[in-house]
Formats: sequence, C-alpha cells, structure tokens
Amino acid sequence: MTRISPARIALYVISALVLVYLILPVLIIAPISFSSARFLTFPPPSFSTRWYQQYFSNPAWMQATRVTLTVGLLTVVIATPLGVAAAYAISHSKLRIMRVIHIALLLPLVVPIIITAVGIFFLYAKVGLVATMPGLVLANVMLGLPYVVISVLAGLQSFDPAQEMVARSLGMNRLRSFFAVTLPQIKSSVVAGGIFAFISAMDETIVALFISGGQYQPLTKRMFTALRDEIDPTIAAISTLMTAASFVLVLLATGRRRRNA
Amino acid sequence: MLALVSPALLVILALIVLPVGWLAWQSIYHDGFTLENYRRVFTEDVYWRSFALTFEISLAVTLIALLLGYPVAYLANALPKGWSILILSLVVLPFWTSVLVRAYAWLALLQRTGVINQFLRYLDAISEPLALVHNTFGTVVATVHILLPFMVLPLYAAMQKIPNDLMQAGASLGASPSLTFFRVFLPLSFPGVLAGCTMVFVLCLGFYITPELLGGGRTVMVSMLVSRNVELYNQFGAASAVAVVLLLSVLAIFFVVSRFISLDRVLGQK
Repeated sequence: MTRISPARIALYVISALVLVYLILPVLIIAPISFSSARFLTFPPPSFSTRWYQQYFSNPAWMQATRVTLTVGLLTVVIATPLGVAAAYAISHSKLRIMRVIHIALLLPLVVPIIITAVGIFFLYAKVGLVATMPGLVLANVMLGLPYVVISVLAGLQSFDPAQEMVARSLGMNRLRSFFAVTLPQIKSSVVAGGIFAFISAMDETIVALFISGGQYQPLTKRMFTALRDEIDPTIAAISTLMTAASFVLVLLATGRRRRNA
Repeated sequence: MLALVSPALLVILALIVLPVGWLAWQSIYHDGFTLENYRRVFTEDVYWRSFALTFEISLAVTLIALLLGYPVAYLANALPKGWSILILSLVVLPFWTSVLVRAYAWLALLQRTGVINQFLRYLDAISEPLALVHNTFGTVVATVHILLPFMVLPLYAAMQKIPNDLMQAGASLGASPSLTFFRVFLPLSFPGVLAGCTMVFVLCLGFYITPELLGGGRTVMVSMLVSRNVELYNQFGAASAVAVVLLLSVLAIFFVVSRFISLDRVLGQK
C-alpha cells in the first residue's frame, strides 16, 4: 500500500480551496437573485422572483437589453466575415508584412482597454459618434476581431490546404473553392470565433462607459452606474441571466470545436 | 491576399491605432509642443503615488496568482485526463463570466452586510462586520480572482511539455520526490511561470473595473487616473500623458519578456 505524503495532501487541499475561490463568486449570484430580501441576508429568508419581475418590467433595463443584443448580433455579423477573410489571408500569404498585420490584429488584446476606451472617446467626440449605435458597434467589432482571427487561424492550421488546390485545379476559382471546400471544414472554428465575439460584446463595459449614452446604453453601462450608487438585487438577476447566457454560448462553441477535432 | 485582410486591418487602424496615436499626439501638443503634461506625471505627488500603487498592487496580484495557480496547474497536469478536464473547466468557467458580474459578486460577498460577514456573525465568530471591501484588500481579492485563469493556463501548457520520463529518471537515480520537483520540474516549468506572470502583471497594470468598484475611492490605480482626468476634470492632455506612460510600460514589459520566450506563449495561442 502506498503512503500518501503530506505534501500530496497539502497539494489537494490547496487546489480544492483555490477552485472554491474561483467558482464561489460565480455561483453565489443566483441564490441572491432568488432571495426575497431587499438587502443581502444570510441565510436567505425565502424564495422569490421579484428581482426578475423588476428587471423585465423596467423600461430602462429592457431598452438596455435591446441595445446589448443588437450590438452583439451586429458585431458578430460584421466581425466574423472580416476576421475569416483576414485569417485566410494570413495563413495563405507568404508576404512578410502579413506577420506585422497578424500582430496588428491582436492589438486589442494587448493595449490596456482603458487606453483604447479613452482614445476612441476622443476620436468619436471629433466625428460625432459618441452615444450612437454605429459608434458602439464599430468599437465592439474592433474588440471582437482578435477572437475570430485566433479561432479561425487555429481551424485553418488543422485543415489541409492541398484540398483547396485540388478544387482549384479542377477548375473552381478561389472564391468558389473556399466556399465549397474550405469553409465547410473550418465551420466550427468560424462559429466559435463568432460566439466569442458576441460574448466579448455582451460583456464589454469600459469602452461603453466612455462612448455610450442616452438611449444607446448597453446593459453593462447601466449596471456599472447602478453598482456605484447602491446594491440593487435586480443586478443579481441580470447577472445570473448574463452568466447563464455566457455558459450556454461557451458550451455551444467548445462543443462544436471538440466534435470537429 | 492584401485585399482580403484590408477590411479587418482598416477597422484596427481606425479604431485602435489612430485613437492611441491621437492620444500620444495630444499628450505633447497643445497650441504648440509641450512636455508640461509629462512634467506633471513625473513630478506631481498624485500621479507618482498612483503609479507606485499600481505597480505594487500588480506585483502583489501576480505573486498571489502564481502561488494559488501553480498547485492547481500542477494537479491538473498530474491527474488522469478526466480529472484534469474537470479542473481546467472550473478554471475557465469564471473566465467567460463578465468581469463586471464577478466584481458585483465580490461586492455581494465582501461588503459589511455581505455574505461572508453575515455568515461569520451567524456563527458568532465576529461581533462587528469586518472591513473586507472598499479598500485595497477587496481590490486585490477580486483582481486575483479575475486574472487567475491567465496564470493557470500558460502554467498548465508549459507543464504538459515536461516529459514524464525525466521525473522517473530522477526517482530511479535515488532523488526524493521533493528533490526531483525542485531540481527538475520547477526549472522546466519556468517558461510557463514567466508567461503567466507577464500576462497577469500587464493586465493588472491597466485594470479598471475592480479598483473602481471595490477600491472605495482610495485605491486610485493608473486607469482611474486616466478616467478621472477625462470625466471629472476635462484634463485631456494629462489623461493622455498618463495613458502613454502606461502603454509604454506595458510594451516595454512585452519587449523584455519576448527576449526570453515567444510572445505567442504569453498571448496564449500556443
């Protein structure tokens, strides 16, 4: 019988505690959102859906939800084709400048978001895009592009380009061979990239704080403003719904990818 | 091929390169060239203290994340596949939850009337609620939570590359498990340590949501300096100079680290 060393036990205990630390905050929001109490109390007094009713019956929250969903969908519709085209070009071209362009497309992940946000705010102030829908969508397209590019590049890496060469040697032009041969095989990485771009747009807060306003404020901006003032359990309800949406989307994205791999 | 990449490139140029360039220009030009903004950033107390605080907090967050993340990555690497997938899923799960939602969750957990204080009072462990949030402590707890996945994933990736035979070779030559760990495993996992620490440190330097919501107005990190100069004081030149110094710090760190390991590793693509 092998003796379990104290170091091994310590490793298990520490890891378990760290995992609890990681998961607890994500799980704690749901019980708060279903509590009947105005203030957080422990143990929760009784089950209630009043915070969800408050969310669904409040026109300001509903308008913000519409903005978030519209921005998310438009971001996906614009960022996905742009990102796929860029990833295709990067993986097929031998031009040296492509290396630089590849890095440039990842800039949104490298530049601290607060700097991007202030920069875009100054730019939008000049051209009149502050507090507009197009302004919000454009910023989120930029922020979502790296996710699409990274995901599709990974998909293209596991795809044999010789197949496309065959299609072209049989007389298809580049565009047709891409849609007929390449795209169906990298479909799941394209879908995953699009889903990540949507989640990125749905969660984006800091740029929205600076450039959104009036009736075009996404959920995150209204939540942030509300959090500064007081703890309203309605936010717990919204947070629970957003978290659930993220999880479903991530499961969809990774599930598809795994099946393809 | 250039035609295919140009729409995406145009978006990047127009919405990040141009705005940041504009910011840099604005920091040195206001009715003529001036270094006044930079003089303020480097000499005035408020700015100086904020930069110092930001570097201190980032260093603390990075070290804590390394201490918490290393055992988790080690375990995920050592256990059979089913367990390691479970552990990694638990690590990545919060990663895809909105940062704002997680900051809210920490507020709900840590505040005076929050879950932790209520629970401790329920147990009669404390008579007065503990001040867990609206200070540097709360900021660090939440920031480590949000950045921990950026530490665990590169650590795990680096550990996966360490051949198992090396550990067995160490053991067969008579080394104790702890000796093989410290002399063989730990040094070989160093690229992962460097990648994880770089990413966490750099992300923490520019962090905004957690210090703003959980810092209680006293923990003024650099990002808050930027936003306050814009929103409250309309000091666009000063805000731009702070942003430029922050960006240059980040780029300098990436540059130095890229001398040692591939940046793809830091950005988590490999």
